[in-house]
Amino acid sequence: MALEHSDGGAAEVEGLVSIRIGAQTFGVPVMRVQDVISRTEINIIPLAPPEIAGSLNLRGRIVTAVDLRIRLAMPARPADRGFMCVIVERLGELYALLVDDVGDVLWLPNSAYEPTPVTVAASWRGLCSGLYRLDGDLLLALDVDKVLTLGASALAA
Amino acid sequence: MDDLIQDFVAETLEGLEALDSELVRFEQAPENPQLLGEVFRLIHTIKGTCGFIGLVRLQGLAHAAETVLGGFRDASVAVTAEAVSAVLETVDVIRSLVEGLARDGVELVGDDTALVGRLEMASRVSAVKEPMSAPAPVYETTTGPAPAAGPLLARLGGEASLDAACEMAIGRFGASPALAEALGGVNPDRLQASLRDGLCAAARGFGGADHFAGQIRGLTGDMPTPALIAAVSDLVGESLVALDIAPTDVDALMALVMPGTSGAAPIPASAPALARLEIAPTPARPAPTAEPVAAQTIRVSVEALENTMTVVSELVLIRNQLLQLVRLDPESAFAGPLSRLNQVTSELQEGVMTTRMQPINGAWAKLPRLVRDLANDLGKKIDLTLRGQDTELDRQVLELIKDPLTHMVRNAADHGIEGPAERLTAGKPETGRISLSARHEGGAIVIEMSDDGRGLSASKIRTKAISCGLVTEAQAETMSDAEARQLVFLPGFSTAAEVTAVSGRGVGMDVVRTNIEKIGGVVELTSVEGAGTRFTIHIPLTLAIISALIVECHGERFAMPQSSVVELVSASDASGRTIEYINGAAVLRLRDRLLPLVSLETLLGLSANDTPREETCIVVASVGAFSFGVIVDRVFDTEEIVVKPVASVLRNLKIYSGATILGDGAVIMILDFKGMSLETGSGRSGVSIEEESDIPTQVGVARADVLLFRAADDTFKGAPLGEVSRIEEVDSSQIEWVDGRSVVQYRGQLMPVVGADGNAIARSVPGGLRPLLVFVRDDRSAGLLVDEIIDIVQCAMVSDLTPSGPGSLGSLIIAERATELIDVDYYWRRAIGTEEPTVLRPSDRAASDGPRHRRLLVVDASPFSQVLLAPLLAQAGYDVSVAEDPEAALRLHDAGERFDLIMADTLMNGPDTKRFVTAFQQAANWGGTPLLSLAMHKPGAAPFNATTILDAVSGTLEPETAAFDLRGAA
Repeated sequence: MALEHSDGGAAEVEGLVSIRIGAQTFGVPVMRVQDVISRTEINIIPLAPPEIAGSLNLRGRIVTAVDLRIRLAMPARPADRGFMCVIVERLGELYALLVDDVGDVLWLPNSAYEPTPVTVAASWRGLCSGLYRLDGDLLLALDVDKVLTLGASALAA
Repeated sequence: MDDLIQDFVAETLEGLEALDSELVRFEQAPENPQLLGEVFRLIHTIKGTCGFIGLVRLQGLAHAAETVLGGFRDASVAVTAEAVSAVLETVDVIRSLVEGLARDGVELVGDDTALVGRLEMASRVSAVKEPMSAPAPVYETTTGPAPAAGPLLARLGGEASLDAACEMAIGRFGASPALAEALGGVNPDRLQASLRDGLCAAARGFGGADHFAGQIRGLTGDMPTPALIAAVSDLVGESLVALDIAPTDVDALMALVMPGTSGAAPIPASAPALARLEIAPTPARPAPTAEPVAAQTIRVSVEALENTMTVVSELVLIRNQLLQLVRLDPESAFAGPLSRLNQVTSELQEGVMTTRMQPINGAWAKLPRLVRDLANDLGKKIDLTLRGQDTELDRQVLELIKDPLTHMVRNAADHGIEGPAERLTAGKPETGRISLSARHEGGAIVIEMSDDGRGLSASKIRTKAISCGLVTEAQAETMSDAEARQLVFLPGFSTAAEVTAVSGRGVGMDVVRTNIEKIGGVVELTSVEGAGTRFTIHIPLTLAIISALIVECHGERFAMPQSSVVELVSASDASGRTIEYINGAAVLRLRDRLLPLVSLETLLGLSANDTPREETCIVVASVGAFSFGVIVDRVFDTEEIVVKPVASVLRNLKIYSGATILGDGAVIMILDFKGMSLETGSGRSGVSIEEESDIPTQVGVARADVLLFRAADDTFKGAPLGEVSRIEEVDSSQIEWVDGRSVVQYRGQLMPVVGADGNAIARSVPGGLRPLLVFVRDDRSAGLLVDEIIDIVQCAMVSDLTPSGPGSLGSLIIAERATELIDVDYYWRRAIGTEEPTVLRPSDRAASDGPRHRRLLVVDASPFSQVLLAPLLAQAGYDVSVAEDPEAALRLHDAGERFDLIMADTLMNGPDTKRFVTAFQQAANWGGTPLLSLAMHKPGAAPFNATTILDAVSGTLEPETAAFDLRGAA
């Protein structure tokens, strides 16, 4: 299990910030999330890989915006649709995960956890660390590090 | 326990660094045992502390080394290379143990018996010579500051303790008759204050014995005798010991204040038999690790400084934002406080940058040892001199140049310096020399590394480059030697016959250059075969904040580093400049050069549209010797921006060198011209500025435009196009005759006209329209009537022009015809009616003949000067004299001629340069005359460029009015 536990050792519950991208609900480990901001100005970076939506300014720090829709090979967001940003940090750099909507922080018991089903598309399976059964929904837990490691194919030659 | 170990680690590592260099110096000068004092003391301290902390292994090593060092000190052990090497090795092991200690908190387990054995063996090799130095320690003036472990003043208990000691000592002055007599009359409070100040200054390293003596003199009016000083300091020393200050530290202080004279009476030892701190006078050779004068220092973690730096950068950005807002509303109440905030922020920025500055010695500290070991391993004799160790530079930069410098020194030692036998054969001293120097120069730090070895062989480099596939044979042929040597910077290059363990794996110099360029620096190399090589590195001092030009393209803004921007040009039909296309590649004709262009829009993939719009801005940039233009939509202004690194996911995009936040909060990318220039090469038909100028220029020959015409007598003649101001058409009926001369009414004046024979036009001239070449000088014009204008061609100005008569400069072959090149000056004179030539003769006009009549001297033998340059300058209103060679120039000088500017080709090699230098050294009266160098005969140079030369001349004569950047001047 790649999920981080808020306290060392076997935790009973896992905290995840629930987000919605397209029709699917995902979760980001709450300890990784530094900030959540609503739609903000993003400056594009020409020649960047398609997943990189651009960069934004968060209180004077430059944050690289990653469009999760593209990262998860989903159709692009319609232009008029709003989005929100989940700010995470990795290796000293800040990233903004662009999602359609951000929900509550959910504390999910381990009993609700299952490994990602093999029927889920390979591209998603590589980015998810598991699945949680919710009341009437299924939440895929994202592995932030894997999400932010853009593949060789994504990086321009 | 942790804190204790941390302190121990920090102090020991610091001391160990100094140790390496001290030992190397000692080995070179073993007759000077004072050098050993520091070394011994440190090892001794390590031994003591280790025992206390319980680090058994370290203690054992330190003890063994101490035995050897002690033996060196009292000359009972021979100072051999093996002994010193063993000690150096021990230092290495100690260092690695201490580093391991820092990492893991415990001592590494290991077996040192072999090393200890060697040390013990070395200590048994007795010294052959007699014991050195007087047994009684002679205190000498010191120029060095407190020893490595902690500031001396702190160890002495600070000012308070010195104050107390002085008070106690003064109380006992009465007991000594000498002291009572000398100082009895002085006010005790004053005495105490002066002594204390003198001692504090000495402890801090600000003043030495002289200062202390001066303090006493200030009290008594006479310079104190050494005996008096000794007596005073003795009493103070005893008082300090009574205050529980460590005797070693007391000794250190006493050493600092005692004057150094050969007649100094030996001071009775009052300290137990511990190592005395004998500070040596600075040796003749500059100390590789002479520490800077020890100001009061504080240890600060690097992280704290980095954080402060980041926060200050943020502050700079916010200030920029505020400034921008205030610009929109200058009357606002914020303007006043904001301008003060602006000042304060700039000062803060500077201050923080200074905290990160460290002396370059940090990068050099390991070099003496490295060179020593290399020399030993390679069987060579190498001397390393370091100058400017105190030159400070940013910590980050320091880290980044450490490795490149080390690599270059290795190269010099391994490949540059020859073996002793070879050197002697070559007539050089047996010991090779590598010297490093650092200095500040206009906002940058300049580091030079030179050696007097065998230099870089251009031919060997060419061969190697061809065999490595880096250049083709043809390219190698056309390169000059200097250019060939630059090939060593290409990746994959190595001229070492064999890859040695030391260097020469072929990854060297290109990595060095990349690393240096990464921090915005430049590395250049010059070399003379047989004599040596020199590398010069320029590194800008401030990293994080640069001046950048903000441009817009396709609605997006980008920043371009101002340092690479040469000029801004607008291209549109209105400005008369248009973008032309050669085989699909866009170029711009800019002052007779063709500039390759790249559209930023296309480069960034923002639009597939390749055709530029109506009014475009072109940013002309230069990367090294390569210039090109970038087409953008709009240029805003130049701003100071904080450079933030590019996100790691984008590192591979060479086109960006960073990102920044503008005043309005937008995040924009900083473009990298080098990255862009790489883009222009790929996928295009490759019209580069180098290629373009290859076509018209042959090696060593100047080319110029020549206007071909048919003269009245049906011969073909040519006139240098640069001289012809205009071409008009006149009808023979317009010609009038005045006073025996033929004239034409031209622009409200009467312009004299002559024919191809130099004479006035005959009245019998056939009618009809004929072309008239108009020459203009100052406000006067003269015309040359010809039959027909044929063409304008570019041709080489061959160096053996022989005039075939008056009015001719010689014959050229143009389009396979013999064509006479006319001497425009001759025709001018004939037309105007003056007899004397205005060229090739020192002018009689006084130098103060109005501001426009500046006197220029051109020293050059080539027809270029006579045919093109001199007339061009004359036309511009200067008074031009031409001297064919330096000796002729000297004759002019001796004849009393003075000039406002001397122009000469100073790039000539060989004997000419010597003549030049000799002649000009004798031209004492020309000492203040500016010298403008012309790079003629340079292969690949842009063709004759009138505007550039005129601007360079006027820029040199009147720098304030120069409207043009001299960069790019021939």
